[in-house]
Amino acid sequence: MNVLDFSLALFVTSLLAGFLGALTGLGGGVVIVPALCLLFKVDLHYALGASLISVIATSSGAAAAYVREGFSNIRIGMFLEVATTLGALLGAYLTAKVSGNWIGVIFGLVLLYSAWMSVHKLYDHPRSSKADPLALRLNLRGSYPVDGREEAYVAEHVPAAFGMMFGAGTLSGLLGIGSGAVKVLAMDEAMKLPFKVSTTTSNFMIGVTAAASAGIYLSHGYILPSLVMPVMLGVLVGSLIGSRTLTHAPVKTIRMAFVVVVVALGVEMIYNGMTGRL
Amino acid sequence: MEQEREHGLEQAMGRMLQIGVMVAALVVLAGGALYLLQFGGSKPDYGHFEGAPAAVSTVSGIVGGALHMDARSLIGFGILLLIATPICRVIFGVVGFAMLRDKLYTAVSAVVLIILLYSFVARR
Repeated sequence: MNVLDFSLALFVTSLLAGFLGALTGLGGGVVIVPALCLLFKVDLHYALGASLISVIATSSGAAAAYVREGFSNIRIGMFLEVATTLGALLGAYLTAKVSGNWIGVIFGLVLLYSAWMSVHKLYDHPRSSKADPLALRLNLRGSYPVDGREEAYVAEHVPAAFGMMFGAGTLSGLLGIGSGAVKVLAMDEAMKLPFKVSTTTSNFMIGVTAAASAGIYLSHGYILPSLVMPVMLGVLVGSLIGSRTLTHAPVKTIRMAFVVVVVALGVEMIYNGMTGRL
Repeated sequence: MEQEREHGLEQAMGRMLQIGVMVAALVVLAGGALYLLQFGGSKPDYGHFEGAPAAVSTVSGIVGGALHMDARSLIGFGILLLIATPICRVIFGVVGFAMLRDKLYTAVSAVVLIILLYSFVARR
């Protein structure tokens, strides 16, 4: 197989990953690293670099559509980005210190967690009546449209959410992923934000978080342009198609099939890590 | 009124991100086409970590190579443009919140910007 064939195969695989990731809401980035390592036998650190760049592309590419809906909250997003970017610096620093096998095991666990999160339905939590004074002082509030009228909300448990976001950022930097599932968890379960606000704000934050690791990845030599090129373009095109076909596809069946793939990749990453093959 | 201006800020951020991604993808595509024309027939070697060469792992190396139409540096330049889009979004935040006279969030955005820039000056 020469470079041209290899690049084409990578492009098609990444396109499929981006398409399924957008369609199911899991994000394509999470399967890029295992696909590159397990199917294409790419070195783990090069795979992390290609994945991180694809994550920035999909997050920024989808932003315009999310903004149009008016659900995302730029203040909450910017405040939490202080935590995710600091975490991302730590995570990117750790990629050079932690062995590839450990990264593989952690990656597998995150894959299993993401699969579980995508079948576990998000719902709006009953909000407590007393507002978090810290949230009020930081202006972490907003309103979003429900059935034609504006409904107000205020964030809860701000310190816990900030801590979880630091963890989400560390995972993002360590694994070259967006870690959207952990971000949504912090905003949904801790801050008790309406889930439409959490999911769209999380997408907005993913690109900024990944950009914080990108400089360190670059200077560590993880970003190999010839490898990034087919992966980034494939994921980008795939996710754009995926987010546009959202309404006409039998999403439930596709989601279950994709979840099975994610679980299988997760188990294989853990197995490869534990047996020292990464 | 204030909410309308804030929504305007979000709209501008979203549009900026979309344009940034499109331009970055086109540069990566152009560099990629050139790369495949020159090296498409060689054997791929991504299985062993050696680290990307200096010409594609530093900002100055990438810009210098791209000016000489080196295919790998051109792809690298597209990647730099892509990384720059979320950073521009944060710069938009600093300026936008300052225009809304929100001192707290001008400061919060500035902190995020400093962390992002630190990532590029930090040596290993």
